[in-house]
Amino acid sequence: MLDAVGTIHSAVDSVLLVSRPLRTPAPEAHIQHMMNSARAVVVSTSGLRVVRGGRTVIDGLDLEIGPGVTGLLGPSGCGKSTLLRSIVGVQRLAAGEVRVLGEPAGSASLRSRIGYQTQSPSTYDDLTVAENLRFFARVLGLPPDAADAAIAAVDLTAHADAVAGRLSGGQRSRVGLAVALLGSPDLLVLDEPTVGLDPVLRRDLWRLFHRVAADGTAVLVSSHVMDEAERCDALLLMREGRIIERGTPAAIKAARGADDIESAFLRTVERDEDGAA
Amino acid sequence: MSPRVTLAIAARVLTQLRRDHRTLAMLLVLPCLLQALLWWIFEDTPLVFDRIGPALLAVFPFFVMFLVTSITTLRERASGTLERLFTLPMGRLDFLAGYAVAFGAVAAVQAALAAGVAVGLLDLDLRGPAVLLGVVCVADAVLGSALGLFVSAFARTEFQAVQFLPAVVVPQILLCGLIVPRERLPQVLEAVAQVLPLTWAVDAMEQLATTTRTGEVWRDIGIVLAFALAALALGAATLRRRTD
Repeated sequence: MLDAVGTIHSAVDSVLLVSRPLRTPAPEAHIQHMMNSARAVVVSTSGLRVVRGGRTVIDGLDLEIGPGVTGLLGPSGCGKSTLLRSIVGVQRLAAGEVRVLGEPAGSASLRSRIGYQTQSPSTYDDLTVAENLRFFARVLGLPPDAADAAIAAVDLTAHADAVAGRLSGGQRSRVGLAVALLGSPDLLVLDEPTVGLDPVLRRDLWRLFHRVAADGTAVLVSSHVMDEAERCDALLLMREGRIIERGTPAAIKAARGADDIESAFLRTVERDEDGAA
Repeated sequence: MSPRVTLAIAARVLTQLRRDHRTLAMLLVLPCLLQALLWWIFEDTPLVFDRIGPALLAVFPFFVMFLVTSITTLRERASGTLERLFTLPMGRLDFLAGYAVAFGAVAAVQAALAAGVAVGLLDLDLRGPAVLLGVVCVADAVLGSALGLFVSAFARTEFQAVQFLPAVVVPQILLCGLIVPRERLPQVLEAVAQVLPLTWAVDAMEQLATTTRTGEVWRDIGIVLAFALAALALGAATLRRRTD
């Protein structure tokens, strides 16, 4: 379990020592750059339209995502995963454009700069934790110590030689997260990484996300659990393929006069429905 | 295409196989046992074994690699690992070549074992060079892998993937000359057999067993490799970075 927060932090430091080879600016320069340009845009979409199985999931979405930890919150089936897949460049688009770190999403040059974690662990059940991480590190052109550092970052060092398929669900999802963290990418895209985890573990993972973000990686995390909203620097509330609210958690609550994000979400939906009626 | 990524994938596939003892036994031990079974069946008619034995050596790599690759690549598609790899610096050719290298290597070991048992212990007649027998087996295995990878795109579950075995592989085994020599098949079926890849792998083995001349063996290997390349191209077409 992620009990000793100090251990996790030092582990993250060691992750950052082994940068991906194609990473453009040094981490410090990168943060400085983001601090300087107040409106730094990491991800932008314009007129994004996605049709899956004959159903329009996203219809004309314009969006900008900056540095820090951004939460993409909304109910199951609202299009969160589809949006994340569009950002990492594996979703077929019907129309519109997605740009990531200044380049069209899915560009070959982005493939060593984005860490992606799908809802399933997306690792090999019949390999050990270490074998999984070393394999993906080799694909990225990283040395084996990058794999060890990523395993330490998610606190699985004690399970490094365990076969991934024999681990608990939470541990397996952390193996997937470790792969996404490999070599400290410039953008981390995580699809529901904290679902079903022990509250202590969830808290520790959110600390990890913030730690990674402080070191210059933009983090985009989706969740259908509204109480995770407070842990984000910025929020995107999504419903039926549209972003219905955006801003900091405090600003969204203030604008809707709500005590928590769930109430703010409800008020926005009710306002929209009244407007439509 | 990057040799680093190709070798990483090949090494990873081999590690997965090494961990799966039952599959490893199926790949390496089972062909030897089946060969011995066949020899026993034809104990009193060794001439029949001399005819069928070599053909069987060509059937194993094709059959087994088709089965193993269709299931493993289906798992890659279903578990999200393929999608993850497509967000990383991996090209489609790296993926295909990685699988081809891994299963080609397994096929070489399989061929050495099965042929060693057949020739060394079971007195199978082999007139041509043993190295060529290995080459035929590897080409045959790559063909099986490529076809397995291709059909995995059309299966949603492992159960569906296994169903391609009787549909794609068994007809080729029936027509390749293993049961009835090809020239004694009805004319239409003989024509069909001519356009099936396994026929040419079996023909190569029969040539190696009956003559020291290698011209036709090389022609057969060429045909099998052409089929394998076509199957790899079809497989590549089913590997899409962007999906619905």
